[in-house]
Amino acid sequence: MNGVHDMGGMHGMGPIHYEKNEPVFHARWESRVYALNRALAEWRKWNLDAWRHDIELLAPADYLRMSYYEKWFAAMEKRVVKYGLVTRDELESGQPAPGSAMVNPAYTVAMAAVISRGIPSSNDPSVAPLFQVGQRVRARNINPVGHTRLPRYARGKTGQIVRDHGVYVFPDTNAQFRGEKRQHVYSVRFAARELWGEDASPRDSVHLDMWDDYLEHAGS
Amino acid sequence: MPSDPTLRVKALESLLVEKGLVDPAALDALIDTYEHKIGPRNGARVVARAWVDPAYKMRLLSDAASAIAEVGYGSSAGEHMVVVENGPKVHNLVVCTLCSCYPWPVLGLPPVWYKSTAYRSRAVIDPRGVLREFGLELAEDVEVRVWDSTAELRYLVLPERPAGSEMLSETELAELVTRDAMVGVAKALPPAAGGKA
Repeated sequence: MNGVHDMGGMHGMGPIHYEKNEPVFHARWESRVYALNRALAEWRKWNLDAWRHDIELLAPADYLRMSYYEKWFAAMEKRVVKYGLVTRDELESGQPAPGSAMVNPAYTVAMAAVISRGIPSSNDPSVAPLFQVGQRVRARNINPVGHTRLPRYARGKTGQIVRDHGVYVFPDTNAQFRGEKRQHVYSVRFAARELWGEDASPRDSVHLDMWDDYLEHAGS
Repeated sequence: MPSDPTLRVKALESLLVEKGLVDPAALDALIDTYEHKIGPRNGARVVARAWVDPAYKMRLLSDAASAIAEVGYGSSAGEHMVVVENGPKVHNLVVCTLCSCYPWPVLGLPPVWYKSTAYRSRAVIDPRGVLREFGLELAEDVEVRVWDSTAELRYLVLPERPAGSEMLSETELAELVTRDAMVGVAKALPPAAGGKA
């Protein structure tokens, strides 16, 4: 979606505020949100792409106003109802519905010790790459209303494939639960001048990771 | 519902606990891991190893996940890492313009500035201006490569080994490697400053 989250190249966001000796969490509630998020994911009612899209769906003004973990929490409150972990009544009252079943937590202490995101990928030879390292490619000009990882600033721009990362789940369909549509992901180098025009440095570049479905051949 | 995040989060957590959906002890364990065990010191050890061991550096640049797993961090099966090397004429900078992708196993959770609208919007269009704000002025003849983490690959910058660090041990070298240097908004510390950052 052409949302405010897709902000690469935007102006007006101001200077970068750097905090020295920043703590991992600024308040206890932030750490609880972080951990709740991980624990709830273990129920596997949603996937990472759908999770990201839930945050993108926050109202643009809220997205810009809220702190990082406020965004996570706002999306979490919606998500637990949307995917049926709790009812709206339970969320509003803070109490389990009378007679509702008690389950056993999916995410355990033992799992908390293992740091792995477990993102599936593979070198599955049955999924052929559509592009080769060295080829010139153009990022397709697509404007899907759903989730996509092709930023606006790269659409229609021409670059070169510098690396084949292997086969990954395609976020655009996965976020809608319409299939994993596994395909190759490449590192694509775009010259800064191709993206931003003649004022950019002639030497600089931006590399984006792009799925087959984001790309088309751009000639030699 | 209360508007204070502390109360709202507490309310949701107790509801989820009462329903058996989450175990508070597992939350405690995960928070402890990220507050005390996982952080930029992990990445610093990887960088220092690459500085002293050319064969390791080769492996790190070609298959980062496996090379990082050798040092004992992350999972080579679950984490897809790319390490990009700085040099006298190349400077790498990592961003996630769409959200907040960051190499957790080697750097921990990202700082607020990395997730900020200012950094996310500007790093791709004005990397030299961003670096200047961090106090790093790059010469015109240095190539800046920005890495926008749009997929499930996670990027770590291998900073240049600072001059004058030839006599330092691997452990001492790791002290020169800051989080900021591994994101690409700074260089590694000069040896005199080692251990103070």
